Amino acid sequence: MLVRLEELLKGKPVFVNVGVREFGESLREAGYEVVFVDWSPPAGGDTRLASLLDDLL
Amino acid sequence: MARRTIVRKNRYFDSVFLMRVARRIAAQPGIRDASALQATEANRKVLIGMGYGDDGRDAEFSASGPNDLVLALEGEKAAVEAVAADPDSWLSQGSVASAGPEPMAREPRSVREAIAGRPDCSVAVISVPGEHAVREARAALREGLHVFLFSSNVSVDDELALKAEARDRGLIVMGPDCGTAFLGGAGVGFANAVRRGPIGIVGSSGTGMQEFSCLVHQAGSGISNGIGTGSRDLADAIGGISTMTGIDALEADPATKVISLLCKPPGKGVTARLVERLRRCAKPIVLCPLGAEPDSFQGVDRPAGLPGSGVGGEVRTASTIDEAVGLALAAVSAEEAVPPREDASLQDIASARIGDMRPAQRYIRGLFAGGTLCYQSQAIFRSAGLVVHSNAPLQGMLGLPDPLESSGSCFVDMGAEIFVKGRPHPMIDASLRMHRLVQEGNDPAVALILLDFILGAISSRDPVGDLLGAIRSAQEAARRRGGHLCVVASVCGTDEDAQGLQAQKRALAEAGVLVFPSNAKAAGFCREVMLALPDRQEVG
Repeated sequence: MLVRLEELLKGKPVFVNVGVREFGESLREAGYEVVFVDWSPPAGGDTRLASLLDDLL
Repeated sequence: MARRTIVRKNRYFDSVFLMRVARRIAAQPGIRDASALQATEANRKVLIGMGYGDDGRDAEFSASGPNDLVLALEGEKAAVEAVAADPDSWLSQGSVASAGPEPMAREPRSVREAIAGRPDCSVAVISVPGEHAVREARAALREGLHVFLFSSNVSVDDELALKAEARDRGLIVMGPDCGTAFLGGAGVGFANAVRRGPIGIVGSSGTGMQEFSCLVHQAGSGISNGIGTGSRDLADAIGGISTMTGIDALEADPATKVISLLCKPPGKGVTARLVERLRRCAKPIVLCPLGAEPDSFQGVDRPAGLPGSGVGGEVRTASTIDEAVGLALAAVSAEEAVPPREDASLQDIASARIGDMRPAQRYIRGLFAGGTLCYQSQAIFRSAGLVVHSNAPLQGMLGLPDPLESSGSCFVDMGAEIFVKGRPHPMIDASLRMHRLVQEGNDPAVALILLDFILGAISSRDPVGDLLGAIRSAQEAARRRGGHLCVVASVCGTDEDAQGLQAQKRALAEAGVLVFPSNAKAAGFCREVMLALPDRQEVG
């Protein structure tokens, strides 16, 4: 659901956290809703393979 | 003494979590050293350099890759074996998702899956290793999310492609290398606890935005919203895409009464477009292009009262963050900015400190956690004709051939790529700065140390405490040589931050450190000391 930046600044954003958990935790502690992605490197860390898979899917 | 590695295949954890795991293990009796790292090529090299891997005979370690976790342990045999007997128990403590209002049964594995469960998400906060960042940012944009991209090590071409795609979709990419933003009251990334108020920020620098917002808070005002852009946004290659989007958004934002633009000197092509955009903004603008040549924004200053003016409708330029804060406060209070006062007693303090030094002491070493504060300090030195080395040199300053080794007088940005690859930022993990500080203390030519301490939600729980031992050790080393090491610092934070601004300042003052309310003031004091040092050689 696209929210324009001007609208986002007036409301209360909902976050998706991808990576270092503390970024999301600090937002959650401040009262914001955060969805945590359980991230690990795609295709076993092979970025070329990951990009090929992205093109296929 | 035993040394061994333990490899857990296909286990990935972020670097901050792993730093905490390593610290917990290292605190065990009998453990001398512990590392917990993803087995990237760089990290494996570091571990091999520390003597792990058994000269290639540790087959499991040799076969490990970036998707695998390595624990590397050194200590008494029994203590090492005790950890090795159940490594997973160390990896589960604290890694479990903290309970939120509506915890999900299983966390999504991708941005797409996250959006399927929560279609009202609006911002992706991405901090994966740089080589994977573009993929995740693109996925987020395609799901209609704005992107806060903390990751660095993204190419200019990729940055341009992401930002152009965001613009076409009506979105923004804040970053790469974006440290801070304030979105609808939420402090994202390395942000401090500051009150909301009428002052908006568009900033290409995280620590610049932190310093600015904290000084605004301390002056009794507050921040409406803050849009980070990433450090390269105003380069000609990127064209200021996110800066322009940010200015548009704050111009339309009813809570924002004045827009402060904190940036590094823009590219020539972008400067013209930026000046044109700022001149037609309906709200007053405070422009703080740190390190820019004085005439680079000729014609931008627009007096109040011209057509299109909002509250004040003027553009005013500042050369330091402190000055920008003064102008922004004046714009919202309709009072004239008070020029900063020179404190005459500082000269007396400087003279007394110099009097205790040995003649051989002639260099300054600045060790910065905040890249912008390193940059601002150089600008303040340059304004007095002083030249220093730096790994992030401002125009007119000299490069530092090896950032790991100081040379003459130098200012080191310890958040630069070379220091953070595979390890947390120095605002979180002080260990590299601690070692560097001890190293500087052992150099008899050092007269002054300039430090910054950055508080905030994600920063270390005790940034000052992390370095106190190293500060004392450096001071003691100078005393043993019959001299005096003058340690100068500023603390960026508020008393609402968990670390507590006053408590952190007090701890520094008790250790004999001269503490200033801002980096500009601390660097200004150091500049006076350097100018007053007899036979000074700022470069060397």
